[in-house]
Amino acid sequence: MNIFTKTLTRDLKMSLRNPSSFLNPLLFFVIAISLFPLAISPESHTLSNIAPGIVWVTCMLSVLLSLNALFHYDYDNGVLEQMVISHHSLPLILLAKTIAHWLLTGLPIILLSPLLGMTLFLDTKSIYVLMLTLLLATPSLSLIGAIGASLIVGIKNSGMLLSLLILPLYIPILIFSTSAVSQSQFNLPINGQLYFLASILLISLMTSPFVSALALKTSLD
Amino acid sequence: MSKLIVSDLTCQRGYNELFSNLSFELNSGEILKISGANGSGKTSLLKILAGLNSAESGRLSINNNKAGSYDYQSDIFYLGHLPALSPELHCKENLDYLTQLSTSSSNQELDDALTNVGLKNFENEYAANLSAGQKRRVVLSALFITQSKVWLLDEPFTALDADGINVIETQITKHCDDGGICVLTTHQKCNLPSLRTLVL
Repeated sequence: MNIFTKTLTRDLKMSLRNPSSFLNPLLFFVIAISLFPLAISPESHTLSNIAPGIVWVTCMLSVLLSLNALFHYDYDNGVLEQMVISHHSLPLILLAKTIAHWLLTGLPIILLSPLLGMTLFLDTKSIYVLMLTLLLATPSLSLIGAIGASLIVGIKNSGMLLSLLILPLYIPILIFSTSAVSQSQFNLPINGQLYFLASILLISLMTSPFVSALALKTSLD
Repeated sequence: MSKLIVSDLTCQRGYNELFSNLSFELNSGEILKISGANGSGKTSLLKILAGLNSAESGRLSINNNKAGSYDYQSDIFYLGHLPALSPELHCKENLDYLTQLSTSSSNQELDDALTNVGLKNFENEYAANLSAGQKRRVVLSALFITQSKVWLLDEPFTALDADGINVIETQITKHCDDGGICVLTTHQKCNLPSLRTLVL
């Protein structure tokens, strides 16, 4: 088994044995979305209008909540040091960790989104588009988030700093995703937004592991 | 034959210069004990040798491979102060991943390594349930598997009992008899042959 598979299975195993690490952000996602109809209005027209924004903002915040744990525990117990000095490719190891993070954070959000879309009165086509934007963009959230998490790895109580670093980079994703879902509600074309989201994903996939590796080496030095 | 060459190494942390123009060479079979007062730069030196920290200036090489290169990092096995164990994983899973980062290991090798450090029936025990000494033993059991030529051990005997220290000393001696190199820091008295001492 190569180091990529080993790291991926290790991280998944660790998270599944300590489920609060990925269940807390997921519960936040579900609870926050469920509260909006109570706080704003149970009226279907109002809710369906603001649904894309609600789902996407909540999704970003729940991913942000989970990012602190991406490298923090491995840093505390010294495994991160071993990863950095290993002769194996550090970007490959970090890519495996980021994919594990997405499988436990982004994927459950995608799977839950139809249910939450229905509670916000989204029509079937818009739910399909919402899932598509989440599928295209949540991996980017994990990949971009990994850069921020690796920059702040040695800093204590760095939650706010991580938000300040990462949220501006999430803004294009938020704009294109919500715009795609909103436009689909009016049967307008959404190809442009989807292409932009796909481009962001490709660029993140190509650059994030290398930038994260560099940031991590600098943080540990 | 392996050769570790350190030349003109200078290390600064904050405004403090820990050491400057440090040079030494280690050949196959040699053991170097780094000693010095707390804060004198022992751990910093080991981290620089491991490629974890960068020095202000100086050069490092193992068999003419520079620090940071694939071959240099393949030749290094570093154990620091931190346990390098994840509490959610079993002893064997932890050891498997730790050794996988530097070499490959078979199932039998993992079992044998744990047996060698007196943890025969602890393969499926969570690292969180181990004592400090047992955690140290799990990490040090990697010494029975790794193929790396240069071992960098930061306070390897911390939390170990007399029997544990003896097992690790024997393994270090065997490694050096087989042509390896070991650099270690410890405040304890060592029973290791051909031991050189570097005072920082």
